[in-house]
Amino acid sequence: MGEIRATGVTKWYGDRPVLDRVDLAVRPHEVVALIGASGSGKSTLLRCLNRLVEIDAGTITLDGVPIDAPAFGRTGLQRRIGIVFQSYNLFPHLTVLGNVTLAPRRVHGQPRAEAEARARRLLAEFGMGEFAAAWPERLSGGQQQRVAIVRALATDPDVLLLDEITAALDPELVGEVLRIVRGLKDRGMTMAIVTHEMGFARDVADRVCVLDAGRIIEEAPPARLFAAPEHPRTRRFLQRMTESGRL
Amino acid sequence: MTTPEPPPPRRRPDRRAAVLPALAGLASLVVVFGAIGWWVASAPQWPRVQRQFFSLEAMAEAFPRVLQGFGVSLRIWLTALALIALWALVLAVLRSLRAPLFLPFRLIVVVYIDLFRGIPALLLVLLFGFGIPALNLPGLPSSGLFWGTVAMVVSYSAYVAEIYRSGIDAVPEGQRAAAKALGLTEWQTMVHAILPQALRNVLPALMNIVVALQKDVALLSVIGVRDAVREAQIYTAQTFNYSALVVAALLFLAATIPMARLADWVTRADRARRLQGAG
Repeated sequence: MGEIRATGVTKWYGDRPVLDRVDLAVRPHEVVALIGASGSGKSTLLRCLNRLVEIDAGTITLDGVPIDAPAFGRTGLQRRIGIVFQSYNLFPHLTVLGNVTLAPRRVHGQPRAEAEARARRLLAEFGMGEFAAAWPERLSGGQQQRVAIVRALATDPDVLLLDEITAALDPELVGEVLRIVRGLKDRGMTMAIVTHEMGFARDVADRVCVLDAGRIIEEAPPARLFAAPEHPRTRRFLQRMTESGRL
Repeated sequence: MTTPEPPPPRRRPDRRAAVLPALAGLASLVVVFGAIGWWVASAPQWPRVQRQFFSLEAMAEAFPRVLQGFGVSLRIWLTALALIALWALVLAVLRSLRAPLFLPFRLIVVVYIDLFRGIPALLLVLLFGFGIPALNLPGLPSSGLFWGTVAMVVSYSAYVAEIYRSGIDAVPEGQRAAAKALGLTEWQTMVHAILPQALRNVLPALMNIVVALQKDVALLSVIGVRDAVREAQIYTAQTFNYSALVVAALLFLAATIPMARLADWVTRADRARRLQGAG
């Protein structure tokens, strides 16, 4: 499972609205890309979905249950929704293995041996098996991001949130990370993706949502959206992306 | 297209080129300090001062008791160090926790730090060392050694708490976000994610405090604690010879200089680690 439904989500930073009555649905096994200019609210929206940011109005549900419901307990939501950040945010004082097993052990009480066995399996699966004992800062950006993805997958979540995960990477490292995301899609992972890689959004997303000034102004399957954008602001945004060589 | 020329063989650092400037520097030092030494020694009262401050005989006589006092100084230093490191950490963590539950604790810590950072350590030693025993409260120890140490811990922990806090604040916000997204509580985030990085951040600054404290334990001599300085003063009072103070000074130097080198080394190692991490 893993259906996310956001209704009327509103968020203010001080007296500035960043999200304005946003409705968003991510169905099980669906990949939804959020695109839009900087400051359009797409990252904030993503972070609302796992309560990294608390919303001011509206509701967000996971499989029909409000994400702030007591049913999730203190850590149930975090176990079922993983997130990967632009700047990896690996813990530099922990090894790769330490990073991946931190939540399973400390939050979900898995025995060390069990957590490490699963972590090693996942790391191997993502081509990082030989780096289990390495320190994050010794790895390339692409490798760090792969570890961050494995860390997010360590608790076997139903939904993965990807917050501009290629934006901090050197161009030649972007491909390896995008390949992994495609692999996750093929395995049926439900994902919400904030990205500036239009080609990637077109490639991997089932549906693309365009945010502008805290609202979703247009959403459509990528083939339709990139070929025939309807909203004038979408057209302008895609035009600018084309000019900067991102489309 | 021609093949590029091979780079010239790397020249080995020229020893001779380094020796001459070093010798020149050494020579100028010798000249300057020689001149100062000659100037001091030419003072009409120098022989008297030499007898009073640098009498080898008096130094040898005073040495055992000053050394014994220095042992007391070291013990105070180590005890205070351990207590400061722990207590300041408690203060800094309380001040850094953001949950509303901790608001009263945060306020208390802010007041504590303002209060004890604003009072000279010497005054705290006098107030604690003479004031609290005078209360005659049953169950409380009355020794100057105890209350003097407490005063040092109270004073230094206010500084060290702020050092810790600067290290905690320097940990990037993304680390908290990652910890929170993984489901760690605020406390777990502090223990498993923030503090290990914060402590590494502030290690060089803490080493300086360690050296400063090593000297400042001499403040306890004013309330009668028989540390190195006190023992030296007692000898001086008995013999009217100040050489014991010089002995105490030399003992302190023997302890603080290695510590200062260690602090330098820690700072350098830390910087090397950061540069590597950035590369």
